[in-house]
Amino acid sequence: MTPQSSFMVVAPIAAQRLADLRKVLADMNRSPGVVDPGNALIPFERFDRLHFARIVILDDLTRNDIKVYGLQPETYPLYLAFLGDFDGDYDGFMSDVVKASGSGLRQMFSCCEDFHPNSDLLAWMKARNRTPDTIYVNWIGRTTRQVREEASLYDGLQSYVQTNQATLASMQSTQVHDALKRFVAGELKAGRLTLTPPEPTPLVWQVRNLLHLVGVPIVLLLASPFLLLYAPFFAFQLRRRERSDPEIAPCVEPGHADRLAVLEDHDVTNQFSAFGTIKPGLFRRWTLVFFLWAINYTTLHIYNRGRLARVNTIHFARWVFLDNKRRLFFASNYDGSLDSYMDDFINKVAFGLNLVFSNGIGYPTTNWLILDGAKDEQKFKYYIRRHELATEVWYNAHPGLTALDLQRNTLIREGLQKETMTSDEVQQWLRLF
Amino acid sequence: MASTTPVDYSDIQGLVRFGYGKLTEASFLLLSIRNVTAARAWLTGAPISNAVQLEEAPSTALQVAFTREGLHALQLPEEVLAGFSAEFLSGMAGEESRSRRLGDVGPNSPEKWTWGAPGKVPDLLVLVYARDQMLEGFMRTIQGPQWDAAFNVIDVLPTSNLDGVEPFGFTDGLSQPKVDWERRRKIHGDELEYGNLTALGEFLLGYSNEYGKYTDRPLLQINDPFSASLPAAEDLPEMRDLGRNGTYLVLRQLKQDVRGFWRFADMQANSDPEMRRKLAESLVGRTQKGDPLVALSTRRIGGVDPTEVSQNQFTYEGDSNGLLCPFGAHIRRANPRNADLPPGITGVLSRLTHTLGFGEANFRDDVIASTRFHRLLRRGREYGPGLSVEDAIKKDAPETDDHGIHFITLSANISRQFEFVQSSWMMSTKFGGLTEESDPLLGNREPVQGCPVTDIFSLPQKNGLRERVAGLPQFVTVQGGAYFFLPGIRALRYLCSFGD
Repeated sequence: MTPQSSFMVVAPIAAQRLADLRKVLADMNRSPGVVDPGNALIPFERFDRLHFARIVILDDLTRNDIKVYGLQPETYPLYLAFLGDFDGDYDGFMSDVVKASGSGLRQMFSCCEDFHPNSDLLAWMKARNRTPDTIYVNWIGRTTRQVREEASLYDGLQSYVQTNQATLASMQSTQVHDALKRFVAGELKAGRLTLTPPEPTPLVWQVRNLLHLVGVPIVLLLASPFLLLYAPFFAFQLRRRERSDPEIAPCVEPGHADRLAVLEDHDVTNQFSAFGTIKPGLFRRWTLVFFLWAINYTTLHIYNRGRLARVNTIHFARWVFLDNKRRLFFASNYDGSLDSYMDDFINKVAFGLNLVFSNGIGYPTTNWLILDGAKDEQKFKYYIRRHELATEVWYNAHPGLTALDLQRNTLIREGLQKETMTSDEVQQWLRLF
Repeated sequence: MASTTPVDYSDIQGLVRFGYGKLTEASFLLLSIRNVTAARAWLTGAPISNAVQLEEAPSTALQVAFTREGLHALQLPEEVLAGFSAEFLSGMAGEESRSRRLGDVGPNSPEKWTWGAPGKVPDLLVLVYARDQMLEGFMRTIQGPQWDAAFNVIDVLPTSNLDGVEPFGFTDGLSQPKVDWERRRKIHGDELEYGNLTALGEFLLGYSNEYGKYTDRPLLQINDPFSASLPAAEDLPEMRDLGRNGTYLVLRQLKQDVRGFWRFADMQANSDPEMRRKLAESLVGRTQKGDPLVALSTRRIGGVDPTEVSQNQFTYEGDSNGLLCPFGAHIRRANPRNADLPPGITGVLSRLTHTLGFGEANFRDDVIASTRFHRLLRRGREYGPGLSVEDAIKKDAPETDDHGIHFITLSANISRQFEFVQSSWMMSTKFGGLTEESDPLLGNREPVQGCPVTDIFSLPQKNGLRERVAGLPQFVTVQGGAYFFLPGIRALRYLCSFGD
């Protein structure tokens, strides 16, 4: 099994070069929101381990919100963020990226403050890499190669089923299973289909994963007496804040909403990038650190097979602290329109959103950290839209395939490779088609 | 929680409460304002029908609704206008991304519409209803002296009475949400069962909705001299509520290719009438008479009236494989009839398990949830002559007739109700774990990025493999459409109070 990794290069933009940068980014697109996957600057399609990538200018549109706490907003530079999700090891992938698109990357990063034409690009990028504080991968171990091969498998099976509809309809389900297995075996032999067996799981990853799997509960167990002692104080501090933290969720300014809408719904999958400031003080900061750490445990070890709790439309997502944990960046790749994504969130996992986002300035008021909050539907939607950033460039290696499509294709492949199945299992498997 | 105040039916336009079924003649007028003073005078004097229940249905009814353009033409101050929802202000065809979501691309593109595209958006919609043979006379009465000075007629959408059957030949309008006029519905967190009783605030502004919240709408300062007649906002009593007793009206003119529909079914069925009927019913999800394809639920579904049990008391819980009603059937997409949490919750523990996303064994389980936030109150009317199946499949028949529906839906939140259903459920080629297919009736069959084929319809079969009906033509084409605000009656007076 090949685990997935991520990168995120963050660098301050030189103020006088912002317009140039926007031009460079626009040149990667065919039209706003539609990337040219083979563009001359960063030919994304040439990185066959890459699932998703995006380039965003981190411009905190809500930086003045902190004034409600009587504080002056910090002056942060605009950042350029280049991030992506890919299969396998970080070092090898970054070298490939630099090798294949060195001049394009140089052109882009030359708009950043501390980039010099003679900088060592690879080292420069690595030095500015931000590790996500929480990362979600829809299906840990599913590579882009597997996605492509399984999509071809599905297409091949579909057309076989279509042409042989009458014959297959008269068979028992187990016979259909056999017939489909025979067909695929023939296609594999003829080289029309490929199903590459998974690579061995890297030992280092296995060890680290196991240590994390066991280590986090041990740490929690050891810390539990202290956590229990702290709980009443935590509850007191939380309730006090929940009663007084101001909400800032006005109706979204139409110009901002329009600019974002232009970038959306070109594919069945969409991008979402958001940025905001964490409520001032250590309480919120450390609450957030704790819950992002805890959620990261669940995404690594529990929600790694197609569902994040009840939501099955997210391919990859991440939360990343910036500026000494004073600001938080969120990015996701999800299926459907933004409104349906937000509805799914509100109706299915409001508690999870509240845990994290309620630590951001202006979030709709929560109750005991997980209740209410996002359930204030309109305010939540305004809040989300207001913190959303325009994703200037967005690449998806498998347009037209939802996370559910990928899951279905994987389940079909798994069923094909099973030696024996009961007729009930076969029927359930055939219903995937 | 704001204290609830009684519903004043005399302040609500009647269409919210009634379909005016006995008023079999109707005509929808799309107007632009030619002279604002005359328009105000006409609107102020117009006998707008309210929602008070009469002993007997009236013989005529009149309703009015405005687009953003219309409110602007009436000189509603910009800061008040800004209080309406973003999608209303942008309009149905105002943004390309909205058109993509709604499936208004290819043959459905706004630039091909007869009305409603930018530059062709009417200012207001006047809906006129009358009993048999009375429409013409009523039209003359209401037009009155100011009419010609006030308005230009952009288009007149005629309707026809097909006795509750839509042009393809299926009984229509069966599944309507039951509006909670008495405001008995108490909302406490997740609902474990599908219900039909829906909060008043889903269909009328100024009342609490399914989230127990008040949908945003324009609120005015109490000292605004023009607003004195408006009701106070229930949730913010220090403000006057321009939205209260009003709602958004979505109108789409949908042309139906009745011949194309039945010829396709006939071809697929090799002209076997029984097979043809069965296929058509699978596409719709009901028999032509309107009976659901799944068995009726033995559980009483809240908000389903005793008179409509036989056609509305059902869910798809017992048909999780889609053998009786295909997943992609029109009515299963339009209203998947599920609760907030997946079925099978028996206690606290299983509730927690399901809430955290465990316990769903099958691929399609819990993909779609919470239909109560996406209900539509439909008030559309058919147009064009009726056409029997036999006539529709006849070869060499003249094809000059125009058939279709002037689809109308009322909702307090266009984006969460109409747009959600239209984009995520009807037009989505990925609805509920399906792929390569959109709504069998409404789909535009246009390719989407990475997904060139969208004209399939799947019929799940007993032995597991689905039957795949390929090559569905486009049966329904959008001819026009717009988002309107259907104001309360006092709000209408307010809207006419600006200017000189």
